[in-house]
Amino acid sequence: MIVLEKRPQPSRVWSYATPLVAVLATMFFGGLLFAILGKNPVEAIGTIFWEPLFGEFAFYYRPQLLVKGAPLVLIAIGLSLGFRAGIWNIGAEGQYIMGAIFGAGAGLAFYPLEAWYIFPIMVIAGAFGGWLWAMIPAVLKVRFGTNEILVSLMLVYVAEQMLASVSLGLLKNPEGFGFPGSRNLQSYESAHNAELIIGSGMHWGVVAAFIAVIFAYVLLNRHMLGFHIRLTGEAPRAAKFAGVNPARLILFCLGMSGALAGLAGMFEVSGPSGQVSIDFNVGYGFTAIIVAFLGRLHPVGILLAGFLMALTYIGGEIAQSQLGLPAAAIQVFQGMLLFFLLALDLLTNYRIRAARKEVA
Amino acid sequence: MDLGQINPVLLVASLMVAATPLLLAAIGELVVEKSGVLNLGVEGMMIVGAISGFAISVETGSPWLGFVAAAIGGAVLSLLFVLLTQFALANQVASGLALTLFGLGFSALIGQSYVGIKPPSMGDIHIPLISDIPVVGPILFQHDPILYLGIAITAAVWAVLKYTRVGLILRAVGENHDAAHALGYKVIKIRILAIMFGGACAGLGGAYISLIRVPQWTEGMTAGVGWIALALVVFASWKPWRVLLGAYLFGGITVLQLNLQAAGVAIPVEYLAMSPYIITILVLVILSADKSSAPASLGRIFHASH
Repeated sequence: MIVLEKRPQPSRVWSYATPLVAVLATMFFGGLLFAILGKNPVEAIGTIFWEPLFGEFAFYYRPQLLVKGAPLVLIAIGLSLGFRAGIWNIGAEGQYIMGAIFGAGAGLAFYPLEAWYIFPIMVIAGAFGGWLWAMIPAVLKVRFGTNEILVSLMLVYVAEQMLASVSLGLLKNPEGFGFPGSRNLQSYESAHNAELIIGSGMHWGVVAAFIAVIFAYVLLNRHMLGFHIRLTGEAPRAAKFAGVNPARLILFCLGMSGALAGLAGMFEVSGPSGQVSIDFNVGYGFTAIIVAFLGRLHPVGILLAGFLMALTYIGGEIAQSQLGLPAAAIQVFQGMLLFFLLALDLLTNYRIRAARKEVA
Repeated sequence: MDLGQINPVLLVASLMVAATPLLLAAIGELVVEKSGVLNLGVEGMMIVGAISGFAISVETGSPWLGFVAAAIGGAVLSLLFVLLTQFALANQVASGLALTLFGLGFSALIGQSYVGIKPPSMGDIHIPLISDIPVVGPILFQHDPILYLGIAITAAVWAVLKYTRVGLILRAVGENHDAAHALGYKVIKIRILAIMFGGACAGLGGAYISLIRVPQWTEGMTAGVGWIALALVVFASWKPWRVLLGAYLFGGITVLQLNLQAAGVAIPVEYLAMSPYIITILVLVILSADKSSAPASLGRIFHASH
């Protein structure tokens, strides 16, 4: 008979160890999955985790880690603030799309003018777009008590339709021979989110991600608002007595995560992706949820988790081209990771004891 | 634009078809929530049901076996949620999300070799005599068996919850799990069964999309129906017949916007396509003021600590 005994305090050791154990468990079961798919599991796992970092072409892949990781970290940092307070923004994907539309739209409004102030305006517009989209579930929750999970999610599908609409209409490239999609921002210098150091993968989005990590760390540890966020998540009743204003907290957390997701979308559309197109979004908003949990909702943890998740993306692509591993296998792999993480969290909060059967 | 092309009889008949996946998923989730568990993994269980039903019916040539497989597939996936929330005592919101993310990836993986295949057709039941009644016949009595199964499940859930001891226990567990535990009911066991029932229903709903509504497999083809089903349970204030009503309402909106698209209405296609989601949000806003009918233990973790 196994009995769970609630720990008086979450175990510090396990709260650091669970992400590692979860990664190892995912590697093991992921390997099993790859074996079922007829691939050599050791080779597949090795390719995913080794090639991008130390393989023959690592010089090419390493910058990609920053490119892939930055949007994930940026979005996950925003999500983690809300998650900590029990405010569930699941619609980051939609906010990411809106950030891209607003950001690209603001830049293209100036086309073909070249001026230094265009890019900063796009940054503001991108953050604003994401913020605006997140304000819908936030205001509805504050004003009517509407469930923010469902509303933010519904808005993802609405945003996807918006994206299709502007790709075919408002933002369509007039010189695009009728193909859907906007002008390529990479060839519009004032609006291009270029690499800051050639060959490093470092663009403004990466800088923003690092700033967001520092900002979140300071907020959570040094600021009253951060304290309120943590308090609300850990002891809602105590938070009420401490005079936390729930409405303000909801507006802040959702707005912040929306703005960061919008920024991520804007940096992506003006940089690596280059144009607004129907299939511009690739699920970063959802993967960022995994990143937030994997990083224990802690800014530094999220930074590491974003890096790891980027590794699975890049490694996955390599495994796809070299071993013919299906793209969806990586998606399963990432889903598995979240699964193990949540399951293993048990060890953080509970002690497992073997108990003798009680005599009735 | 030619609104005259829209045939009202066909419209209502296809409304029922469009509503059935929603109805199945939502009635399953209603039972889960009645037991005090919030499973946000409906979308994931639906898409896994969609692909397992599709794969099995293509392999065996029998849509019936497909639906059985879909129910099993959904229920098996829901066991992951059981493991996380009932044994590992993980947060239900996060666990539901994990289920959906995992399910979407898993179904895409399995589904790769099934893209572009046509599944075997189930065929409609033509109930003798009454199906020949003009207007009413084609609307109500010329559908596939699963559509009627959906309605039957709704009726059964309503009857069980309202009139039977099992229903009473289920509701007790959902209202106050500590009290139910003190009375000697196996809270965890009851919840596991409820979650599996929800998974099976969601699986059926998913397979209805891939086998009957669309008859083909495409990645992510449930496109948010699972999430709308969650909203529907709120809309219905946890009452089975109102789930049916809500499903038909949403089915109506979906079919109507598709018909308007086909008729070439001046509104751009994208705006018509986003309408079901926007209307879901509006409905949530209007109805969220009243949370009195939600099960009191909804979403809370149960741990018998003695």
